[in-house]
Amino acid sequence: MTGHVKHRHRSERDAVISGIGQSDVGRRLDRTAMSLTVDACLAAVADAGLTLNDIDGLSSYPGGLMDGLNPGFGGPGTDAVQDALRLNLNWHSGGYEGPAQIQALINAAIAVSAGLARHVLVYRTVWESTAQGSGGRQGMGGAGSGGGRARMGGMLQYLLPFGAVSAANWLAMNAQRHFHTYGTTRETLGEIALNTRRNAGLNPKAIFRDPMSMDDYLGARMISTPLCLFDCDVPVDGSTAFVVSHRDYAPDVPTTAVGINAVGTALHGRPSWDQRPNMEESPLRAAADTMWARTELTRADVDTAQLYDGFSIITLMAIEALGFCAVGEAKDYLKGGHRISLEGELPLNTAGGQLSAGRLHGFGLLHEACVQLRGQGGERQVSGKPEVAVVANGGGPVAGTMLVTRGAS
Amino acid sequence: MEDIFPARVLPTVDRQNRQFWTSGEEGKLCIERCTDCGAWIHPPVGICYSCHSSSVEPTAVSGRGTIYSFTINHQPWFGDIGSYCVVLVDLEEGSATQPLRITSNLIGTEPDNVAIGMRVEVFFLNCDDVWLPQFREIR
Repeated sequence: MTGHVKHRHRSERDAVISGIGQSDVGRRLDRTAMSLTVDACLAAVADAGLTLNDIDGLSSYPGGLMDGLNPGFGGPGTDAVQDALRLNLNWHSGGYEGPAQIQALINAAIAVSAGLARHVLVYRTVWESTAQGSGGRQGMGGAGSGGGRARMGGMLQYLLPFGAVSAANWLAMNAQRHFHTYGTTRETLGEIALNTRRNAGLNPKAIFRDPMSMDDYLGARMISTPLCLFDCDVPVDGSTAFVVSHRDYAPDVPTTAVGINAVGTALHGRPSWDQRPNMEESPLRAAADTMWARTELTRADVDTAQLYDGFSIITLMAIEALGFCAVGEAKDYLKGGHRISLEGELPLNTAGGQLSAGRLHGFGLLHEACVQLRGQGGERQVSGKPEVAVVANGGGPVAGTMLVTRGAS
Repeated sequence: MEDIFPARVLPTVDRQNRQFWTSGEEGKLCIERCTDCGAWIHPPVGICYSCHSSSVEPTAVSGRGTIYSFTINHQPWFGDIGSYCVVLVDLEEGSATQPLRITSNLIGTEPDNVAIGMRVEVFFLNCDDVWLPQFREIR
């Protein structure tokens, strides 16, 4: 197995997040993906104290070719946004393959460090709620839709023909393994869902804000055992954007620059939903190990965690992969939900996460990390001026992670 | 057998995956295997991950294995067809560190009785030009 790359120079520290922006977020907004994207981008640029003339880099996930996978998954690609805004760019990049959604931020930071750009606009747009209409969530690749049998190549051809047509099905089998091997229970996953709901009640932009009890959770309809409705995130329309700038711009940031302290990008083992030998463990583990190897900060320094929660089991496995507890110990770590509450030692998904605030596909979690580090959390602000946040994205076949700090790192 | 899924997505059959998706016509499950070092390779890619030989051939396996994991799907992706069971089957030709695993369905076992570790054997469901491996409990 490849060892960790030891670097004296850590390129990500040359970059800061100088601005953040977000469009309206909601169910079936009936807006175009481009209009949501432009709202978020303009907000981020203004927040950074810049104009579009200052933007010389553009980065996005998953690129412009992905709506065929699942309606509304892709959003506009970088070429479309560059043209819509008539940007003049020294560097641009959009794509799907890499360390999950956050790769778009990591690429931007590296581009800034390399001198390819000074201010990179980074965005992620989803419009699954409008695109998939009122008939509920769709299976991937056209499964279950009208007409004849669709065809699929690539990795998904080994899943979709068997009715395993959603990440809910695939991750349910990780959860089943975790339950089997470690005695994890539905109540453990429920603590993650309940935590997001508590936090969403303090976030005016969250989708589901009504209180939820453990009985509510346990009584919810099953989607794919052992995952119930509240283990699955909420499809929404919305766009989130950031400006990643060179750190020497940090003193001019109108709010507070957010430093990029360390990134985790590793991929060890097979990038697959069903082929990893130990499916109790997240592919985030390798990325997390490389991230911790790139920083002097430790887990004890982390003031808030914003961990991908497309499904509750991903978050559980992320807590273990990042080392906040050992693999298999989440059932004890999460018991009662105190540790991950706003008042706990590791306030988790403080805006309500994707489970309750809406599926902004990873970018919403980094946005919230910045909000917290900038002290703008309002009613949900973590007390004691948080200085360090950890963000994780992905956690199905691949993952990426990032440590961010109040002020340049 | 009537297809339980009204609009099942099928694989795009090509030269690389043809044997896996069609050998069921002869009642066999064929997995790519390295003829030099014996490693089993799935999904088929035409190269051995272990010794990098390109001398690989679809090779019949026993069709027996154990359930590594499973889920009972209740979400009506396909309309109101009732619940169904998706399984990950570790075939007996694999090992703990190099499992030989395929995603499939378990047919004929009550959802409450499905369990990790259950012994299963393959059979095939013909859909157009492909023969999908399916599994049933070995009783």
